[in-house]
Amino acid sequence: MFKLIYNGEKEKKAGKKVFGETMQKIVEQDPLAVYLDGDIMNSIGTLGLEKKFPDQVFECGIQEADMMGIAGGLSAVGKKPYVHTFAAFAARRAFDQVFISIAYAKNNVRIIGSDPGVTSAYNGGTHMPFEDICLYRAIPHSTVIEFTDSAMLASLLPTLKDRPGLTYCRLNRKEGTAIYSEDSTFEPGKANLLRDGKDVTIVACGMMVGESLKAAEILEKEGISAAVIDMFTIKPLDEEIIKEFADKTHAFVTAENANIVGGLGAAVAAFLSESTPCPVIRVGVKDEFGQVGTPEYLAEVYGLTSKEIIEAVKKAVSMK
Amino acid sequence: MITPLKEFATDIRIQEMIEFKARGFGHTGGSLSVADCLAALYGGIMRIDPKNPQWEDRDRLVMSKGHAGPALYATLALKGYFPLEELKTLNQNGTKLPSHCDRNLTVGVDMTTGSLGQGASTACGMALGLKHSGKDARVYLILGDGECQEGQVWEMALFAAHHKLNNLIAFIDYNKRQLDGYVKDICDLGDLVAKFKSFNWYTTMIKGDDPDLIRQTVLDVQKNQGDRPGMIVLDTIKGAGVPQIENIPLNHHTNVTPEEADEIIAQLEEFKRKG
Repeated sequence: MFKLIYNGEKEKKAGKKVFGETMQKIVEQDPLAVYLDGDIMNSIGTLGLEKKFPDQVFECGIQEADMMGIAGGLSAVGKKPYVHTFAAFAARRAFDQVFISIAYAKNNVRIIGSDPGVTSAYNGGTHMPFEDICLYRAIPHSTVIEFTDSAMLASLLPTLKDRPGLTYCRLNRKEGTAIYSEDSTFEPGKANLLRDGKDVTIVACGMMVGESLKAAEILEKEGISAAVIDMFTIKPLDEEIIKEFADKTHAFVTAENANIVGGLGAAVAAFLSESTPCPVIRVGVKDEFGQVGTPEYLAEVYGLTSKEIIEAVKKAVSMK
Repeated sequence: MITPLKEFATDIRIQEMIEFKARGFGHTGGSLSVADCLAALYGGIMRIDPKNPQWEDRDRLVMSKGHAGPALYATLALKGYFPLEELKTLNQNGTKLPSHCDRNLTVGVDMTTGSLGQGASTACGMALGLKHSGKDARVYLILGDGECQEGQVWEMALFAAHHKLNNLIAFIDYNKRQLDGYVKDICDLGDLVAKFKSFNWYTTMIKGDDPDLIRQTVLDVQKNQGDRPGMIVLDTIKGAGVPQIENIPLNHHTNVTPEEADEIIAQLEEFKRKG
């Protein structure tokens, strides 16, 4: 069960602080849990864990391909690996290793990709993953999750420990918009209805959840009733709730901090076109590469704001 | 008279030819060159129980040159992991014996391989996990020579030495040939022994056609490797033991007619009798 605490304000704790605390709890509580990192422990709040837990936490250095294979091997001898690197490297750099040595080999591994989309800010185009959702969705039987905020990260990450197969999680390591209370719990594959509505449904993930709630508040004042769904599990998609809201609102907007090619919007649109055809307008990066800038500037540049969502909603409603 | 291990290696080659005969083609060259190594490992070195293939404390083998699946399948069938008759299903529709090793399809296969370089890392992960669980099981890794052109192999070489994985022993089946020709002409590997030594592996190079020598060398490495991973470079011939296949210049993947297979099997049976 979750409790919504959204009021437009930022979280008190950065994602990296919560990740560090949560990862420590996970390895403390289960001797089979192991954590691997590729030389960015200092960026994600875990540096020092390798000294505290030398049999469970391994600093691999800058070798993502090897690290993914090692995680596969650890799973094959009964360990429960968590692997972290920047999302760009988790997706592009080591894709074949993730595909073959983890997913195809049916090993059970959780991969955490940090700095999704524009949140990689000053690291720029080389480090800015708009394509990770698409790539991980394309791996058969994978699970793809984006933590909406730190409360979800702290609650959900430990519960993924025994999840079979490949699970990929996008994680913002900075302070995002606070959405959930700390005592909220989450179930992979089960989306959260954050706001009911009758004219249109906004399906969002990650940092776009806050933008969607903001858009819905503004739209309400303009007489448009928008439902907001947090689709934090992008795969497997919660088809049940989409079907329910297709029957109810007959129009959709999707919102993601990623390329619309192969992302959340593509997943929702594909499901709807084969079940309950209706307008779907996708808010997201329109097939572009990244660049340096503040997250706020980049959100403007790539159209990842409540303003874009409002325009998309109006378009979707007009197409009904 | 040939030794029991050489006889086992010859039986592996015979069963490989039975596999290739049934399908008409396959990765003959690299499957034949690795037969003596597999005979040494499964002929007494490895702690295994074919009746309990998922035994937690077993030694593991990762055939990172995954296209040598037919050699591993022949070995496993001869050890009783599954019936010899099943070898005739190699690469048939719906088979449990695909070109490249698959741990989810074939009883006794410890890791899925085929995308070169990746078995290096999974073997390394297994060794890391076993070591930090306090288990004394070992991991054996077989790399191809051409495979060592993959950067991932060298990432693993750094990692395994840094983490003192002395429960890992790797082999390079140095048969000098890859799909497109001679390794030295395509992307020369230079001095593999010096390279692995410089990566702080306990490294040695031996003739790779004598399973008794391979056996003795593995025991020596175990005794002397200290806190280092072990590397045994096997000087082999691609297609070893079968002149008809050795003599094909590009023998990574060849056709095998039933008549050729029968002739080769007869030769190998003769070798078993006369040595």
